[in-house]
Amino acid sequence: MSSLYQVLSPAGELVGDLKGQLDEATMIKMYENMVLVRQFDRKSINLQRQGRMGTYAPFEGQEASQVGSAMALTPGDWLFPTYRDHAAAIVHGQSMARVFLYWMGHMEGSISPKHLNIMPPCVPIATQMVHAVGTAWASKLQNEQHVSIAYFGDGASSEGDFHEALNFAGVFQTPTIFFCQNNGFAISVPFSQQSASKTIAQRSAAYDIPGVRIDGNDIFAVWLTMKEAMQRALEGKGPTLIEAVTFRYGAHTTADDPKKYRDQESLSEEWRKERDALQRLRVYLENQGLWNETREVELIERVSEQIDAALVEAESYPKSKPEDMFKHVYAEPTWMATEQESELVKPSKQEGIPA
Amino acid sequence: MKRKLTMIQAITEAMDQKLADDSRIMLLGEDIGVNGGVFRATEELVHKYGPDRIVDTPLAEAGIIGAAIGLAMNGKIPVVEIQFLAFIYPGFEQIVSHAARMRYRTRGQYHVPMVIRTPYGAGIRGPELHSESVETFFAHVPGLKVVAPSTPYDAKGLLIAAMEDPDPVIFLEPTKLYRAFKQEVPEEMYRVPIGKAKVVQEGSDVSIFAWGAMLRVAEDAAKQIERENGLSCEVIDLRTLYPLDRDTIIASVKKTGRAVVVHEAHKTAGLGAEIISIINDEALIYMKAPVKRITGFDVPVPQFSIEDDYLPTAERVKDGIMETATF
Repeated sequence: MSSLYQVLSPAGELVGDLKGQLDEATMIKMYENMVLVRQFDRKSINLQRQGRMGTYAPFEGQEASQVGSAMALTPGDWLFPTYRDHAAAIVHGQSMARVFLYWMGHMEGSISPKHLNIMPPCVPIATQMVHAVGTAWASKLQNEQHVSIAYFGDGASSEGDFHEALNFAGVFQTPTIFFCQNNGFAISVPFSQQSASKTIAQRSAAYDIPGVRIDGNDIFAVWLTMKEAMQRALEGKGPTLIEAVTFRYGAHTTADDPKKYRDQESLSEEWRKERDALQRLRVYLENQGLWNETREVELIERVSEQIDAALVEAESYPKSKPEDMFKHVYAEPTWMATEQESELVKPSKQEGIPA
Repeated sequence: MKRKLTMIQAITEAMDQKLADDSRIMLLGEDIGVNGGVFRATEELVHKYGPDRIVDTPLAEAGIIGAAIGLAMNGKIPVVEIQFLAFIYPGFEQIVSHAARMRYRTRGQYHVPMVIRTPYGAGIRGPELHSESVETFFAHVPGLKVVAPSTPYDAKGLLIAAMEDPDPVIFLEPTKLYRAFKQEVPEEMYRVPIGKAKVVQEGSDVSIFAWGAMLRVAEDAAKQIERENGLSCEVIDLRTLYPLDRDTIIASVKKTGRAVVVHEAHKTAGLGAEIISIINDEALIYMKAPVKRITGFDVPVPQFSIEDDYLPTAERVKDGIMETATF
């Protein structure tokens, strides 16, 4: 249980079976997606530093987990991200402009493309896991061939909702995939202090559902594990708990300083050098003759253009109006909202202190 | 022959009829299946609609409410039973952080049409934490509607309206009234609109506002005081606690110039304070006396040896009425 399932080694060598499922085009797409989201993440941090975006939660280091899992999904599936899973959302079809918008403080950044079910980033910890049980349960009752995936971190496994979600999913055999990105830290608290259990995957035994611990920086392992979990779910065999072991290279958010609680530079350096997801796939693709420096340069240029275009779109989005806060609280506005809104937009009374 | 039902029978009938009418409706809760619910509100329904629609869940309020949110987002209309209001606290985060906000967060793309039914209030000789009246928690949260019927007729009509409402509704059932009396209840489906109070008794001297089990106390006090002092009381059942029916409240106090609010919830930040604020905003100049609040106290609802001392009584309400009348 505590060993990691691995298909592509950090050295870029195939150490597991591709089970005849991963074609070259998918592998190239995996790499391109990981490069895209890494650039997106770096751009976002810069935008925050420039004051063009609010507090942002970076994910660099976790690309294989997010990209690999999201690439396994199909359009009707339900995706429940945390505040760190924009890469998964983007790969599943969320526009980068919307993700920028969300972090720029617009609720419109949460709107899912019409044909997809991408939920807003969930800020409370583990609460979205039970929603993913509910949507999956409805899919099952309505005979729809769709799964729901709930992303969460290692800290979430301490919350009651984690346990309630796994228990419900087990009891009702819902097609839910619980996808943990164990990046080792819940803000500052290391997993060793988070839990006495050695792994998160082993928790699955308590609920009698399959649990698997995988190398979260190995996109082949992530993708193959997801495919298997999805097949099981769609065959009516219920949920799966996946623990993808990974690391966030940077801070919890742009407001956090990881140097306070971990040996930031050497730890990140070690993961970057020895386990990086992009690096190992690039080496593999190069060895297969599927990638080279020319393609790399072309790709970087292409994704930069895409990101810049998304940024232009987000920054030219109409400024929110104060009255927007009154919209979508209820299907029909209450009398209180209508009156309070008119108070808000009413021209201010004469200024100054009366004589 | 006209039929008379208790409130619990009226509630069961509302769910039964909506289950038959709309295949999206499903009930979730602890012990609601073969056991029919701790108050028997779902009696026999599992035999009629099966375990996929009348679901005995694990004992986990966050799980029940959270799963119901997901079900509601994906095409179902879940009706959740929480056994007692104070047992809702483990699911509180799911209600306020998610059920109430999903429409807002997704700019109307997803919404959560669900009902959370729960018995509330004291007077049934229950153990600790079985008698709370904390409706104000929910009335404070934008995105929720809060309903509290006081009669079998209203319970059926309001519950049907709640099950047809596109927004999440907290449906508070006064435990004490479940089997307290019977009332004529039409067999067909009908709706009592959410957001509308009811003038139960017209009067000209004092307006009395109440809901749930306190409506009966208010009515008793009104009858006694009319007999004893000749004061004419207008009794109003608010029925919906969010959004409040301001028009009915204001129309009444403009007529009477005096008001008493009766609730069994704790006094501080109880809904009585909100009703007084509404009167201040809209009808202060019509008032001949400060509005009086007769409420539970700012203490945990006590165990049943002194439960009746916590609850407003007709005597206390009468004293309040006299205070405003003689101000």
